[in-house]
Amino acid sequence: MSLLVVESAGLQTTVQDFGREGYGVLGVSASGAADAVALRLGNLLLENKAGTPALEMTLMGGTFLFPDGAVICLVGANFGAQMDGKPLELWRPHAILPGKRVSFGPTKDFARCYLCVAGGIGVAEFLGSASTHLLSGLGGWEGRALRKGDVLSIGRLEKNIRRRKLRTGVLEELKPKKTLRVTRGPQADWFPEEAQGTLSRGEFVVSEESNRMGLRLDGPRLVAPSKPEMVSEGTPLGAIQVTPSGQAIILFVEQQTTGGYPKIANVIGADLHSVGQLRPRDTIQFEEVSLAKARALWIEQQRLLASEERLFL
Amino acid sequence: MRFQAASDQALLVYLGKEIGSAAHERVVQLLRLLQQEPLAWIRNIQPAYCSLLITFDAATVDHAEVQAKLAEYESRADKMPSGKARLVEVPVCYGGEFGPDLDDVAAQRGMLPEKVVELHFARTYHAYFLGFAPGFAYLGDLAEELAAPRLQTPRKEVAAGSVGIAGRQTAVYPFATPGGWRLIGRTPLEIFRKDREPMGLIAIGDQVRFRPITKAEFLAPRQG
Repeated sequence: MSLLVVESAGLQTTVQDFGREGYGVLGVSASGAADAVALRLGNLLLENKAGTPALEMTLMGGTFLFPDGAVICLVGANFGAQMDGKPLELWRPHAILPGKRVSFGPTKDFARCYLCVAGGIGVAEFLGSASTHLLSGLGGWEGRALRKGDVLSIGRLEKNIRRRKLRTGVLEELKPKKTLRVTRGPQADWFPEEAQGTLSRGEFVVSEESNRMGLRLDGPRLVAPSKPEMVSEGTPLGAIQVTPSGQAIILFVEQQTTGGYPKIANVIGADLHSVGQLRPRDTIQFEEVSLAKARALWIEQQRLLASEERLFL
Repeated sequence: MRFQAASDQALLVYLGKEIGSAAHERVVQLLRLLQQEPLAWIRNIQPAYCSLLITFDAATVDHAEVQAKLAEYESRADKMPSGKARLVEVPVCYGGEFGPDLDDVAAQRGMLPEKVVELHFARTYHAYFLGFAPGFAYLGDLAEELAAPRLQTPRKEVAAGSVGIAGRQTAVYPFATPGGWRLIGRTPLEIFRKDREPMGLIAIGDQVRFRPITKAEFLAPRQG
């Protein structure tokens, strides 16, 4: 067993994989990496299984010591990673010699950077997943964000890692966007025409009060339906629910599994990783697409992510 | 039965419009049939009062195919045995530090706190579904006299085990989480434990009763 020592944790660093989908009956939301596309690519670059647990850092990274060495790959946002004062490039594997430390600073572009390790991060699984669910304190490393002094076990290196490289164009195609495509929500008809217009033309600002449970949006308020309170029902990932005051909230990976606010729209599956890379104060817009279009985009993204030939040189 | 696309990968199945046992019985029967004869492309099922949210593998099936299959399941679901409802007893220490909103609720209703407590524990509740957080069961129906809106400003942290009321519902908070329900008591039981089988003390379809206990009983060490 090799180790990873947390010398400083950063703003919010958690262990994440693809989450534990399928436990709605228990009231458990899936959790998992906010940018599942980045996590997948980082693991594939290391020849790990796509959903191998990694560290998800948020807005500001930490410093990690590798007493036994490791091979790592950093993906997602650029947090200015360095080893011994030398910058570490994103999206390619790096050998870290025993006793070396990797340090991160504040983000230079998006919200989340993933530190993937060949062999993965070793934590006990909860309901089949290593991902941390912060609200309930379950899963991941002791159910919480990492702290200074934590010592985690990481995969031991047993084979040589090929210097895998992504093809040019792959990152451009999967780059997180600020215009999110949405389909109509189940209560879209409840909203007056004005609200639909505001949603499709308005510029919204991601509030500081956003986290893995949901992103609150400032900016134009949506005119809420005048109907009486709706009966609570299941809430899909990426649902855009509207509070009585007209504030839109995008439900995200650690979401409440049910809710009683009307949902005007839903971010499409192919754009969910973009939601995971939004920072507070980012300005975003919405663009409505048909269910058929959303499905075609999802299938195309899944095909690309499953194709070694199309992803790697 | 009514279908409504909820997202590009999720479909809502409505089996009624109002909170009550009729619609919920159908929800539970369809859920049981889907658990007994699982469909490979279903990724998650989220039951609620009158509906099920079905999340599916959109690369394999589309909304129309999911809808057709669920209609076929629903036509057979009424033959599912409803099964014996489990009775779960939850001891609660009402009021004081454990139920900081009890006096307010009583004052608003113009009744004594003792009356609020009595109205709360006199009923046997039905567990409609689990949502919000792992193990958080929506229990109903609360006595009409106690129906109260949620707090204007939710608490940043509600202690684990807190018993709250909101509208015609009551629930026990399994974890220390934010919460907007009015708190009238607290249970010493651990509602959700990952090292226990089943993890949650209360499951969908269970019957739940509350039993008043004293502070001394609350603090007494428990066995088992």
